[in-house]
Amino acid sequence: MWHLEVRHREAAEDSLVRRVQRDLAWLDLADVTVVETARLYLLDGPLDRDQAARLAEDLLVDGVLQSSRLEARDALDAREDGAVTVARKPGVMDPVEESVLRAARRLEIPLTGLRSGWCYRFRGADAAALARIGEKLLANPVVDEIHPGERALRPGGPTGTYAFERVEVELPADDDALLELSRRQGLSLDLVEMQAIRAHFAELGRHPTDIELETLAQTWSEHCKHKTFSAIIDFDGERIDNLLKSTVFRATRELDRDFCVSVFVDNAGIIRFDDDHNLCIKVETHNHPSAIEPYGGAGTGLGGVIRDILGTGLGGKPVANTDVFCVGHPDAREEDLPAGTIHPARVLRGVVEGVRDYGNRMGIPTVGGAVFFDERYTGNPLVYAGTIGLIPRDRCEKVTKPGDRIVALGGATGRDGIHGATFSSRELHEESESVDGGAVQIGNAITEKRVMDVLLAARDRGLYRNVTDCGAGGFSSAIGEMGETTGARVELSEAPLKYPGLSYREIWLSEAQERMVLAVPPEHLDELLALCASEDVATCVLGEFTGNGMLEIAYRGESVAEVSMEFLHDGLPRPVRRATWSAPAPDPLDDFEPRAADAVLRELLAHPNVASKEWVIRQYDHEVQSTSCVKPLVGVHGDGPSDGAVLAPVLGSTKGFAVGSGLAPHYGDVDPYHMAMAAIDEALRNVVAVGGDPDRTAILDNFSWGNTAKPDRLGALVLASRGCHDAALALRTPFVSGKDSLNNEYATAAGTICIPHTLLVTALSIVDDVTGSVTMDLKEAGNLLYLVGLTRDELGGSLALRLHGRRGDTVPKMDTATARPTLLAVHAAIRAGHLRACHDLSEGGLAVAAAESAFSGGLGAEIDLDRVPGAESLADFPVLFSESLTRFLCEVPRERAAAFESALAGMPCAAIGTVTDGDRLVVRRGDRVLIDAELEELHRLHSGGLGRILEGADRV
Amino acid sequence: MSEPRVLVLRAAGVNCNEETAHAFALAGAAPDQVHINRLVERPEVLDDYGALAIPGGFSYGDDVSAGAVLALEIDQVLGDALRRLIERGGLVLGICNGFQVLIKTGLLPGPGVDSPAVRATLTDNRSHRYEDRWVRLECDGSRSLFLSGSDMIELPMAHAEGRFTVGGPEDLAILEEQNRVALRYVAADGGPADYPANPNGSVAGIAGICDESGQVLGLMPHPERFLFGWQHPRWTRSPLREIGDGARIFHNAVRHLRS
Repeated sequence: MWHLEVRHREAAEDSLVRRVQRDLAWLDLADVTVVETARLYLLDGPLDRDQAARLAEDLLVDGVLQSSRLEARDALDAREDGAVTVARKPGVMDPVEESVLRAARRLEIPLTGLRSGWCYRFRGADAAALARIGEKLLANPVVDEIHPGERALRPGGPTGTYAFERVEVELPADDDALLELSRRQGLSLDLVEMQAIRAHFAELGRHPTDIELETLAQTWSEHCKHKTFSAIIDFDGERIDNLLKSTVFRATRELDRDFCVSVFVDNAGIIRFDDDHNLCIKVETHNHPSAIEPYGGAGTGLGGVIRDILGTGLGGKPVANTDVFCVGHPDAREEDLPAGTIHPARVLRGVVEGVRDYGNRMGIPTVGGAVFFDERYTGNPLVYAGTIGLIPRDRCEKVTKPGDRIVALGGATGRDGIHGATFSSRELHEESESVDGGAVQIGNAITEKRVMDVLLAARDRGLYRNVTDCGAGGFSSAIGEMGETTGARVELSEAPLKYPGLSYREIWLSEAQERMVLAVPPEHLDELLALCASEDVATCVLGEFTGNGMLEIAYRGESVAEVSMEFLHDGLPRPVRRATWSAPAPDPLDDFEPRAADAVLRELLAHPNVASKEWVIRQYDHEVQSTSCVKPLVGVHGDGPSDGAVLAPVLGSTKGFAVGSGLAPHYGDVDPYHMAMAAIDEALRNVVAVGGDPDRTAILDNFSWGNTAKPDRLGALVLASRGCHDAALALRTPFVSGKDSLNNEYATAAGTICIPHTLLVTALSIVDDVTGSVTMDLKEAGNLLYLVGLTRDELGGSLALRLHGRRGDTVPKMDTATARPTLLAVHAAIRAGHLRACHDLSEGGLAVAAAESAFSGGLGAEIDLDRVPGAESLADFPVLFSESLTRFLCEVPRERAAAFESALAGMPCAAIGTVTDGDRLVVRRGDRVLIDAELEELHRLHSGGLGRILEGADRV
Repeated sequence: MSEPRVLVLRAAGVNCNEETAHAFALAGAAPDQVHINRLVERPEVLDDYGALAIPGGFSYGDDVSAGAVLALEIDQVLGDALRRLIERGGLVLGICNGFQVLIKTGLLPGPGVDSPAVRATLTDNRSHRYEDRWVRLECDGSRSLFLSGSDMIELPMAHAEGRFTVGGPEDLAILEEQNRVALRYVAADGGPADYPANPNGSVAGIAGICDESGQVLGLMPHPERFLFGWQHPRWTRSPLREIGDGARIFHNAVRHLRS
């Protein structure tokens, strides 16, 4: 075995040295110096020194910049002088291994195994400091191993043997013992559910096997079955039979819009696009894995939602990703964090890097999203990832037929991610990191890219009849789902394994990434397998779909499970849940004394919720596939915050779509009903502002909630769901897909911290011609500025009020009578070409929107608040900072003013100012000047904050 | 006149193949997207083509370093076919990851016929981050057949390992003397660029180079992402242009292949 160390000849050329040096300031270790880093490889196999040297020279070392040292591993003398060695734990995905093995085969070098790692050498750090650096900065102990000293990379992957033994589980007659069994085995099933299982097997006259029990737990998990949403709820005495069906689904059914193709049945919602294609869209959460391992959690979250699109109909081609993160305050002090949590800045960096590395490698543009900060997210950050796909209109239907072969494509199966579905249905706590480490995976985007390439080719050749992805629950969920109406027979020993020693239970439940399951008619099997082999995609034939309605699983011919699909899918007892709601203690604003308007504006622009997300956005490739029309960053400086993104996904066509998102967690502290409506309104504003058609817009709901076993949490969920229903009806926007993530609470010794109830709404909107899109940056001096929509005294939950340490009671409310006509009118005006710029008003209200549009356009603006619709009865502060809904700031050339006004006839709308060629934002009210600020300063406040915090320069 | 055939290479992790093929098709070529495994089986497939394009992406995940594994593969299996392609006047274009591949195969800067071989590489951006941003580029009379005359263009870049650097000043001197700097990052006023106008810290602002023959071009920015006016980040600020700056690179290639 050979040990190869590769380092830069000049440490100054090594960007990793600079990055780690920068990050040391985070740990208050600025006195420590990073001397150098080295890439380490252990080369295993019967290769001689010349061959190892050749591999180094031809592949592993950049001769222009790097030098290397090759030694026999046995001859190494381990040293411990100020160094830390880091490597992935054995068994955790390290994509380098596969790539180097491939290269070695090309070179005909007999390499059989490889470990890679990093060594960092420091000056001025004692052993304690090195340990801290290792754990906090260089590695995550959940997935990495950290060794003191250099040359400490150790060989070895998981080895082991597995002796087959069929395991049966006796279900105790005693209820307490039964519940204890559920808890001990991590099944996350409650007593009623465990009793149903016990009764079922009593009827069969036998004990369940371990995987029968686990399969039921997976299938019945909150994650898969949405038990809370479909429960019977007692809401302060009112009986609700299935919350989801009576709110979100009902809105879609009542609207019955003709552009909806498939809603709530497949892995994603499908809507009409053009003559040849439909669009599909899905948004997922990956909150709990990201809390424990931000990088891997976010990456595999995105990888999972991409597979949802690949598994929609007969497979959509992913054309855009979105991501939304909710995290704690990025500048929180380490000592103020709850025990066991990762610092929010590190969480955010990790999740951004996770999405970046997965999305960019997949070649899918990441075009939209948001980052939202609140300290209650510290222990339980939220990671939403969404994917939009393009799917041929004749590839949207799928059906499994008896006799179809069960074929798995993609990654090999390992011990990763066992119990993800049940894990995500529990609360997080201080020990989650150590207890639930197995629930975390590191993805390999290139494996998924390969799978995508062959899957779409096989789709076009018609080689399979049904497809779904392996997500939470692995084979268990995928095969259970696809065989629901037929039955399935599975031989688990057929699955290719990452390493030996896996039990049948582990194979069945593993959530190893990058796998899809297909139902392949026998006559196409050979062609499909050949196609996969031709592009190095691993396959296995696990069995076949039957017609007997049973899920039959065998390992090396021995039966290990035999459970009816009927019981699996329909045997879940419906729980009854209690819900209640009482409004929070009032916070009347009679005594409220706001600070000066110009100071508040400056604070708002620098607040991380408002400040530029450029640092995040530029790390994503938002232009791959060459479809990007309105980019997430716009304006003269290339950093104006676009409301939404517009893409033309078919090369050679200008037909497109807009995507935008909305969330308003802070309104939910006061009123979850209006919070939900506000989130929908914001998502619609964001797509309409760039040119999306509000009348051909579909929306998605993603609830991240606290523990709904607690009646007040569930009461808030009831209200928010009703808000979803009422807003969807008012705007005539159907929900086409959704997902919920409950139990987002963090248990500490001092009590449980519940996240703000967070509903993310994503809007997907058709754009007939992307060359008619509009951006938010002001374009030309002399043009008029119009404000569309009524401003009200609705400061409750607003950011401006929160900056004053207040919450308020009156949150923004959708005017259900005027909201839709207003959106339609703004859209008609955009289509007619009347607008040069359009920006929605959201956090920070009119003041922030005007400032953003001005500095993004490099043009001044003058505004008179007296002309703002609704201002006559309002004080200055609400006119400037109220976050009333359905409002837009529009730039209109004077010669278009009459036409614009007639397009908006009947809507609240008024010219409130002009675009100037000055360099100031001036806001007056009559004769009083409220804000007179240099654009350059406002721009600097907006653009600086987040990047500086995350790059560490601001932290002392 | 027949449409020149262009082989657009696919491999695990290559992800700009469709739009690169589209760009060639718009320019009048007949592109085929061919997986590297087909070329491993039959390297002589390349003999049917006038040009090879290696698109952007993350070939083999950019594991080890960007483009390294695909470069090794091309070098091992396609070396002779590539030499034949160049000897008969064919073109090779490497965009982003494709440029990294060409550097790592040694096709760029190239073997050095009239002068010593230039030592050059592409490494981590100075910002030590992946970045997607638009850049202004000067093409000033290089010998690249993909570019003609003096011009100023705008294109997007999106990469983490795009900093062009050389073994020593003598290497840079050769590239400059032989007019092999095909594209250079410049500031808004056309002068020398600092970050972010030079987005990765490349020496002398070098964004793309060609070999001595001018037939092989590698560049970090993405010309296939700017074929239409509406792809420009500030297109809503001025009258809409029909054609983007990137299109000319493909047009020049097709014109050469037809000549």
